Amino acid sequence: MKSPDILIKESEPMTAQSAHNIILDSPGASVPLAAAARSNEAQVIAFAPPRAPFAERMWAVAQSWFAVIVPPIIVLCALLLVWELASGGPKASLPPPSKIWADAKDLIVDPFFVNGPQDIGLGLRVMTSLERVIMGFGLAAIAGILLGALVGQSVWAMRGLDPIFQVLRTVPPLAWLPISLAAFRDANPSAIFVIFITAIWPIIINTAVGIRNIPQDYRNVAAVLRLNHLEFFWRIMIPSAAPYIFTGLRIGIGLSWLAIVAAEMLTGGVGIGFFIWDAWNSSRLSDIVVALVYIGIVGFVLDRMVAGIGHLATRGTQAT
Amino acid sequence: MTPFLKVDHVSKSFARGNATTEVLRDIDLTIARGEYVSIIGHSGCGKSTLLNLVAGLTPITTGAILLENQEVREPGPDRAVVFQNHSLLPWLSVYANVKLAVDKVFGNSKSRAERHDWTMHNLDLVQMTHAKDKLPAEISGGMKQRVGIARALAMEPKVLLLDEPFGALDALTRAHLQDSVMQIHARLGNTVIMITHDVDEAVLLSDRIVMMTNGPSATIGEILDVALPRPRKRLELSSDPTYLRARESVLKFLYERHRAPSLQAA
Repeated sequence: MKSPDILIKESEPMTAQSAHNIILDSPGASVPLAAAARSNEAQVIAFAPPRAPFAERMWAVAQSWFAVIVPPIIVLCALLLVWELASGGPKASLPPPSKIWADAKDLIVDPFFVNGPQDIGLGLRVMTSLERVIMGFGLAAIAGILLGALVGQSVWAMRGLDPIFQVLRTVPPLAWLPISLAAFRDANPSAIFVIFITAIWPIIINTAVGIRNIPQDYRNVAAVLRLNHLEFFWRIMIPSAAPYIFTGLRIGIGLSWLAIVAAEMLTGGVGIGFFIWDAWNSSRLSDIVVALVYIGIVGFVLDRMVAGIGHLATRGTQAT
Repeated sequence: MTPFLKVDHVSKSFARGNATTEVLRDIDLTIARGEYVSIIGHSGCGKSTLLNLVAGLTPITTGAILLENQEVREPGPDRAVVFQNHSLLPWLSVYANVKLAVDKVFGNSKSRAERHDWTMHNLDLVQMTHAKDKLPAEISGGMKQRVGIARALAMEPKVLLLDEPFGALDALTRAHLQDSVMQIHARLGNTVIMITHDVDEAVLLSDRIVMMTNGPSATIGEILDVALPRPRKRLELSSDPTYLRARESVLKFLYERHRAPSLQAA
């Protein structure tokens, strides 16, 4: 029951401080108004309105943050409480939160410790897994966008490739692992390949849809200007299809993160997936629970990062 | 003297499956350099198709289009199009939209500084320099159409093709933009082909009005010379007998002899 306390304490000073700022701001806001009234140019009242609502705005922001942060914390506390009660008995098969805290405190508190080649913090393990994901996903993004552009642009490429893609994309990620191990004869490139082959399908399919949906107007503009294929790709295709491409990338990064854990369970090494498998083999259930939380948070952050980049990159691309 | 632009017995059919529809039949039209020609007709008569044929965006079925004795086979910047819905690229600023065309057309013949100046010059022609860094989504419909015109002018086209350029605008903005186009035409002497369904617009702007019969198999019904001196003033023309006669004959063509198919049925 200790971790929720910490969460609340961390969030409390933030809201208290912003409320404090608001109190400090409001007397300051009335000063220019008074000064303007005293001088002859009394019409400069326009000065005051933007500042008074500023305090209100800050208050509204604080309130909305409060509304965002508090409900999940309450639900989390309730869940932990139920969990504690449910697995508190002597015959419980899973550890309660209090036991996890006692068992795996080092893993929770310090993500980056190094005590030996196989005894390292979960943050470092996540970094290793992320490295593989970045490699595999990066290659999938490049290849996926190019193949998607081809399939979206050329009817014959679509007729030839689309049926094959539709079949291959249903193959579960792990089913690729044995064959990639046979091809690469090494665990690391095999894991990267599994990420690649998992992430590429949604990227291809979404890019192709985006490119098929390029308005005829833009194609006409390109035709009148006689843009060559490369110019058309960079100046028209990519910006026009960007919203679709980023949808594909977002699905792709989610799938990559799903696949890496499973792949690492089988290939070994220092990734987070192998850590779970290793903890299971040595019956360290508390460690597994902590690792799950890590995986969830990192997956969430990855998704939001791609969504955020997509949001920035597609500003103004919506036709009017 | 050889004609500047010659549309020589052009027909256009669209095939869909086994069915072939003839949209245009035997279009024959000669346009002189610097002439402003409007094409008017009811919707569905294939006037936009005719413009796309001249632009090279649609392949010709039979006949040929010759621009300065060169056969038109594909689209190109010598026949710049101002599209009905402006067709600016929404991810590029106003400046970048025009600059893209300038870079493409004059990439080899002008220096970087000259291309910048030429872009600014054309934005200035349509009075849009103040909004050069705005995205198309941030400016009004009339402004977008101005930028579309600037982009087309910046290509220094031999023929400027306007596809119902003012169709999507309100009446006041339209009048304002028509005046701008008249000024630019007077200043630069471009050859212009304009598609329109607005009789007043056609009479006000054109040297000649090409009236199309109804489709399918539409063709040129009549060509009217508008013998009004330039520069033309909108207000003075509203009571000018030549203007009224021209207007009347276009209206008679459209609503007496070649009524819209739906109206004939009614």
